[in-house]
Amino acid sequence: MSRNGLLIDYQYCTGCHSCEVACKNEHKIPRGKWGIKLTEVGPYQIEGDKWEWNYVPVPTSLCDLCEDRVKNGEKPTCVHHCLGQCMEYGPVEELAKKMTGKGKKVVLFAP
Amino acid sequence: MVKEKVLERVGEIVSKITKEWKHVNEDGSYTVRTCGWSPPGDHPVGCGMKLHVKGGKLVKVEGDADHPITQGRLCIRCLTLPEYVHHPQRITTPMKRAPENRGKDIWQKISWEEAWDIIVPKIKEYKAKYGAESIVVFGGTGRQACLYYYPLGFASIGTPNVCYPWSGWSCYGPRCSITDYILGAGYPEIDFAGTYPDRYDNPNYVVPKWIMQWGKNPLMSNPDGFFGHSLIDLLKRGTELIQIDPRMTWLGTRSKYVCQLRPGTDTALALAFINVIINEELYDKNFVENWCYGFDELKERVQEYSPEKVADITWVPAQKIREVARFMATEKPGAIQWGLAVDENPNGVQLGHAILSLCAITGNLDVPGGITLGPPAALLGKWRMETRRNLSPELWDKRIGAKEWPALSTAMATTHPDETLDTLETGKPYKLRMGWFNSSNFITPTCSAQPDRWYRALKSLEFNVVQDLFMTPTAMAFADVFLPLPTFAEADGVVVTHFGRNAVFLGAINQALRVGDTKSDIEVCIELGKKLHPDMWPFESVDDFFSKQLKPELGIDFNDLREQFIYQPKYEYRKFESGKLRSDGEPGFNTVTGMVELTSTLFEAWGEDPLPYFQEPPYSPVSTPELFREYPFVLTTGARKFTSFHSEHRQISTLREIDPYNEMEIHPDAAAKLGIIDGDWVMMENMFGKCKAKAKLTPIIHPQVVHSTHGWWYPEKPGEEPSLFGVWESNINTLIPHKHIGKLGFGCPAKQMICKVYRIEEGV
Repeated sequence: MSRNGLLIDYQYCTGCHSCEVACKNEHKIPRGKWGIKLTEVGPYQIEGDKWEWNYVPVPTSLCDLCEDRVKNGEKPTCVHHCLGQCMEYGPVEELAKKMTGKGKKVVLFAP
Repeated sequence: MVKEKVLERVGEIVSKITKEWKHVNEDGSYTVRTCGWSPPGDHPVGCGMKLHVKGGKLVKVEGDADHPITQGRLCIRCLTLPEYVHHPQRITTPMKRAPENRGKDIWQKISWEEAWDIIVPKIKEYKAKYGAESIVVFGGTGRQACLYYYPLGFASIGTPNVCYPWSGWSCYGPRCSITDYILGAGYPEIDFAGTYPDRYDNPNYVVPKWIMQWGKNPLMSNPDGFFGHSLIDLLKRGTELIQIDPRMTWLGTRSKYVCQLRPGTDTALALAFINVIINEELYDKNFVENWCYGFDELKERVQEYSPEKVADITWVPAQKIREVARFMATEKPGAIQWGLAVDENPNGVQLGHAILSLCAITGNLDVPGGITLGPPAALLGKWRMETRRNLSPELWDKRIGAKEWPALSTAMATTHPDETLDTLETGKPYKLRMGWFNSSNFITPTCSAQPDRWYRALKSLEFNVVQDLFMTPTAMAFADVFLPLPTFAEADGVVVTHFGRNAVFLGAINQALRVGDTKSDIEVCIELGKKLHPDMWPFESVDDFFSKQLKPELGIDFNDLREQFIYQPKYEYRKFESGKLRSDGEPGFNTVTGMVELTSTLFEAWGEDPLPYFQEPPYSPVSTPELFREYPFVLTTGARKFTSFHSEHRQISTLREIDPYNEMEIHPDAAAKLGIIDGDWVMMENMFGKCKAKAKLTPIIHPQVVHSTHGWWYPEKPGEEPSLFGVWESNINTLIPHKHIGKLGFGCPAKQMICKVYRIEEGV
């Protein structure tokens, strides 16, 4: 059976925290714990006007890829609410194929 | 196959649900489809969402995927709406307090009838004894109240004194006024295909080649109704971004160019861009010849601003100035999004004028993928201005500061903010006696300069009414009567982006529930208005009010709007050619000369230079070098966070978990010299005030510049005087001086002050 995952094109992740809070709402996760959590790399200067500054949301062991929502034909709540629309849900094979068409800042999680 | 069929059916049901504005579910719970505004705050962005109500409680907020702009996306301020709506500290019944108990937490719950029985005789008494002008209505930033505090003052109460207290009116007002005088149009916004149901795919639309954010970070601020993450939509479609910002923002790291300038030197930079574009003959000659007035004068003026000279002023290298200018002029279409940094600058009128001139000479006005232009006032915006007919010319003449500041009072229907503080302090030209604070918590560091001075001056008011949702520092200090407001989930309304000055859509705000005994802004306007000026309020209900606003212009009533969900007006480009920008139907712009005024006839008439010029900030390394030795940082303030809207949201624990305290940004090299490490508590201090913050060490800021967030108070701290929820501890606006405004009355130095920074042992 195919395994599902989350594809995150973090070139467009603005660090808005919507995935974190939507996930907490959906799964009733208390303060201090997360089902998905934003991580930050940078900001630092590479050279001249080139900078590194990335936000990458990382699903945790509390993530069930919104099983109940998906059963109802909806997207996982993090994907649905993402302000940068940089998250996609689906079978990992399909997502891996999509990855090849994206830039360097892309990651696939299979929680 | 079976699974697919099921999913298809579920899909049908979902879409059926989304087409009703209210859907009752099998378990008795229900779902209301709505467009958001405030409170809790944001500008009129109108994000689409579904509110799930169960057992009388808002249990869940879900983004509405069918909304053409937000498409299901929602920010964390809406995702935490249930926490806000049902917060234990919310005030949901009217309250009164004896005047001698101001500053004390001694309140008595009352009914609305009782509240009116206190308020109405007071208003009548002040009007009879001292004239209606002795009453002042204060408004705040961004909330729905922005549409209603003018009518509340003019038509419900009957005073000419409606005040937005921010020094130099430094938020949106200056940009709208400048546009009115230079272009004769409503608010200029980048073309983000907002009026098209099929958005970026519409055949009439062209994706901009570039968008410049000038002193603006829309991802967090969603300014004036622009959904900030539309910029990400456009990045994905190939638009290049250019940032004019003292900080390297995240958006900057995704931009083609970043001009990291010295705060407050923006006008010099704009003039250097124009210098390059004109001198290298890269401007749109056709547009300039046919539609611009005073080009030769502008050409002569910008000779004073060579890239080399401006590089010294702004810290932006001359070569970069040239490259950016060439890119802007040769790649079409493109657009500049001007931000609050234009307003919060005593030299801001000249900056705004220069930015509009740049948009004009590059041929980007009112073209697909360029800058859209709307009517100066439409729909609710028009109505709120028209309510001033309730005031006699004699009464209107008494508006504070109107005669002294014609450039402000011609476009803005308010008092002059700085003059209003002077009037409170001096009792001249007359004494103000009653205050009505409508969604304005301005002794927190939001929309007032030197809030400590306002605080002392406001004590002279004899009677105060405050409308809000929580006990704020301002309410605790001054309210005699507290009138509770509902959130946008709790009352019917209409959201119109950009406050009606170039709206991309109009949406229904649908009541999903009502907690306690609250009344919305428009409900209060109508109810109070019927008691004092019934002829101004011929509306049977809120629905009737909205229907009467919508019907004449759009041909639909409020119920139609609910059913339709949102209304996107048809947009027409090149209106300067078709005559649709002017009231007389002639081609051109709605200005004195009928053209874009690169040289302004009105500025000259008001005693100002008709052309843009650069002026150093009032306090800076250049204008006050001796003071700068003592206060060796340029202080810029007010960059926004996802977690709050100005002074709102500080009691929402999910959001405080993300941003717990006031934060200041300092470069690691500067911090090292001061012995400050990341997370230390520090004090920012200058000759006007001081403010505590947590230090964030970051290379995104220049070593000679520091930045502080704004809006901070601490709802968890004691509310009573003298603490007032810790409002004086992290009050960055105490460092911003009163009345350091531009020649025409606009602008304040909130983004270009000076300060020193030192480590402190104790935080807040």
